[in-house]
Amino acid sequence: MRSEKSNSAPLGLKIAAAAGLAFMHLPILLIFLYAFTTEEKSYQFPPPGLTTQWFAVAWNRPDVWAALTLSVKVASIATAAALVLGTLCAAAVSQTRFFGREAVSLLVILPIALPGIITGIALRSAFSIADIPFSFWTIMLGHATFCIVVVYNNAVARFRRISGSLIEASMDLGADGFQTFRYVILPNIATALLAGGMLAFALSFDEVIVTTFTAGQQSTLPIWMLEELIRPRQRPVTNVVAMVVVIVTFLPILGAYYLTRDGDQIAGAGK
Amino acid sequence: MTILAERVILPERRSTAGRLSDFFWRHPHVLLALLLGPPLLWLGVVYLGSLFALLLQSFFSIDDFSGLINYEFTLATYRQLLSDTHLDIIIRTVSMAAIVTFVSALIAFPIAYYAARYARGKWKALFYLAVMLPLWSSYLVKIYAWKLILAKEGILTWFFEKLNLLWLLEAWLTLPVVGGNSLSVSYTGTFIVFVYVWMPFMILPIQAALERVPANLIEASWDLGGTPAQTFRYVLFPLALPGIVAGSIFTFSLTLGDYIIPQIVGSSRLFIGQAVYAQQGTAGNIPLAAAFTVVPIVIMGAYLWMAKRMGAFDAL
Amino acid sequence: MTTAVLFDNVSRHFGIVRAVDRVNLSIAEGEFFAMLGPSGSGKTTCLRLMAGFEQPTGGHIEIFGETAEGVPPYRRSVNTVFQDYALFPHLSILDNVAYGLMVKGIGREERRKAAEDALAMVKLPGYGTRRPGQLSGGQRQRVALARALVNKPKVLLLDEPLGALDLKLREQMQEELKSLQKSLGITFVFVTHDQGEALSMADRIAVFNDGRIQQLGSPEDVYNRPKTRFVADFVGSSNVLSADLCRRLGLKAAFASLRPEAVAIAPPHNGALSLSGTVASQSFLGATNRIVVDVEGARIAVASPATQGFPPIGSAVTISFAARDLYPMDDA
Repeated sequence: MRSEKSNSAPLGLKIAAAAGLAFMHLPILLIFLYAFTTEEKSYQFPPPGLTTQWFAVAWNRPDVWAALTLSVKVASIATAAALVLGTLCAAAVSQTRFFGREAVSLLVILPIALPGIITGIALRSAFSIADIPFSFWTIMLGHATFCIVVVYNNAVARFRRISGSLIEASMDLGADGFQTFRYVILPNIATALLAGGMLAFALSFDEVIVTTFTAGQQSTLPIWMLEELIRPRQRPVTNVVAMVVVIVTFLPILGAYYLTRDGDQIAGAGK
Repeated sequence: MTILAERVILPERRSTAGRLSDFFWRHPHVLLALLLGPPLLWLGVVYLGSLFALLLQSFFSIDDFSGLINYEFTLATYRQLLSDTHLDIIIRTVSMAAIVTFVSALIAFPIAYYAARYARGKWKALFYLAVMLPLWSSYLVKIYAWKLILAKEGILTWFFEKLNLLWLLEAWLTLPVVGGNSLSVSYTGTFIVFVYVWMPFMILPIQAALERVPANLIEASWDLGGTPAQTFRYVLFPLALPGIVAGSIFTFSLTLGDYIIPQIVGSSRLFIGQAVYAQQGTAGNIPLAAAFTVVPIVIMGAYLWMAKRMGAFDAL
Repeated sequence: MTTAVLFDNVSRHFGIVRAVDRVNLSIAEGEFFAMLGPSGSGKTTCLRLMAGFEQPTGGHIEIFGETAEGVPPYRRSVNTVFQDYALFPHLSILDNVAYGLMVKGIGREERRKAAEDALAMVKLPGYGTRRPGQLSGGQRQRVALARALVNKPKVLLLDEPLGALDLKLREQMQEELKSLQKSLGITFVFVTHDQGEALSMADRIAVFNDGRIQQLGSPEDVYNRPKTRFVADFVGSSNVLSADLCRRLGLKAAFASLRPEAVAIAPPHNGALSLSGTVASQSFLGATNRIVVDVEGARIAVASPATQGFPPIGSAVTISFAARDLYPMDDA
């Protein structure tokens, strides 16, 4: 009796938790409804009618495609850079002891601990001082900077789970440094890196605050969305794009979750 | 065992990989430097370099007539920062960040507590995903969703209408400060969206802190005659506090620097982020923009220092 | 007789900590050598110096006559059984065992055969397809052993290999390890903090404390004739008799050790030494009773056969022991 009692939550707590979760999810669900509305000029609720015609309209919009392509390109390259840099840093911090380790981990976290606008404006003024014109690479530079921490966090957590004696065991059995990396370290951190990479991709794909400072006249998908939010042109297309963005970002999050769920620490706890 | 038993110490490997391996093994510091070099160069040069360049500019000033930057050390820009209009912006932003953080903690706590103490197995995983998905959902889409909700013709107005409570909404909007023409151009709207977007960041740290509280501590408190309220006040809350502080680092910092939410949902009065954006963009006053960014840096520095002293980093 | 491992004045310092301090030892080929000591005594660091995970800060190490310092672990025909087994979690048992052969470039078929033979040797035939996570602690221990032995090492290092096993399994593994070592003829160097394990398995024992070897000798030597108070204390809880008591017994030494089994609660006969005191405490240990007798403030433990029963606490008794069981020790 007693244990049963302590295992079921008080009603008030249940209601508060459920209400909190509903608050988090209902607005996103609303996006799905609005993607089908027939109303063009306003955000009228309930929608006067439902239609799928806006999907076709959005599909045929070259500006949406251009923004989407740029976003995917930036996110891919930024993720690749972050994977290399974040893994190197995680390996150094978790596998060795050196003076200033704490400072290094702080430095990695700083780009997301400080408000994004600071990173953005700092990069922009640095570009202007160094006379670097805005390009694909200026966007990528900014994105990779704050994506490093996502890969780093995942990799450090996994490195911590590899007991130090695994690497010693490998060397003891005759494997040199490269063989140990190839046959022991890489297989053990692969899923964590994949998860970190997915999260980094999702982070970059969605980033707008830093991007507005480093993009110049180029338009990533979030910048396109922002333009539509400030000066709506064709609201139904925005609705459709919003829904697609929600679905597209869910996939890497779910993927990262399934890749790391056996571990003691699950990916993405700190965005 | 034969006479020509193989040697116990094997000869050095001839391959490049073998030789390089031996070299790294003998000189671990070279390996460490190679590992740390690229990330430190990137973060140190690209990121910290830009940051210092920016901060440096806050000690320059702008020439009022030509609009060009005057590269002489001066504190004039900081004096300008402390003018009434600018102080107004700072106070408005910091109070907003504080209220958003407080309300986020209120909403996040029951979710975190339920997830930490009652959710088990499949439910726990589901809870985790239910927190992670909104947290990682597109920032702009989340704002957009609230634009739909808060619009005059949107779902919230419809909802109040159906409940015959429209008068309540209208009464609220006539209030000073929090009111406005519609929710989407009022502080109330800005506040709701801030809480919505940043609150999920509060849940996981609190959950992590609560998960470290053994369930029998709570039973011990009941056993000793503590009422649920007393148990919360004297046992649960102090133990969850590091988690709350850790979570508040996110909600506070993110609210402090945001310039998009108040631009899209809110009144015309500026927040720090908007001021920075406007100063560096349309006004072209980089020194003042740089000085403005010092405000969140200083506030967050103090905040992080305090949080570290409270042991909040263990809950991250 | 070939010397398998030679330590010549070897030190390993970590900052100001002297983990290993001027150690000299020489292990013969085919010997079962135990390094015994409490945690932090330097025994594991010595093992790691042999494996190549640590480098000496001073002195010289030879393995089969070849200089070992400066040689990475992967160029030594020395293999280790780790305390936590360190099985690769991402590989099957067969691939774990074949790992050493794989990195040496031996063909798939040949190494599979060798790995299966090694698994059969440790009595785990047919376990090759499983994962480390699916095995019990004792089975993992055997896999770790097979993984090391398949490489035909010249020296096998074992770092507290039985520490994580329960008592029954530990005793069984002790016997198996011993007979394995006899049949293979490989030099075993074994680190343990369990004196019973060291005494029952080793040909010779080095007792470590504070980074130095306190005593090096046969199990019988170390057990019966401890050279220092530490050894007397650590190996089997000998009684340490103070200088005062020694003098009263006609012994000129700073201290002397006396094993509880050598003492009887009985009047002395044919020239045995004796002391009188009162019974302070007693406990039942199964085959024996442990009775502590207070001799003018000094407490002397007596292991008496359980069949003799307990004398009442506080009663006056006479204890006796042969003079040859009293071993003088020089230092404190």
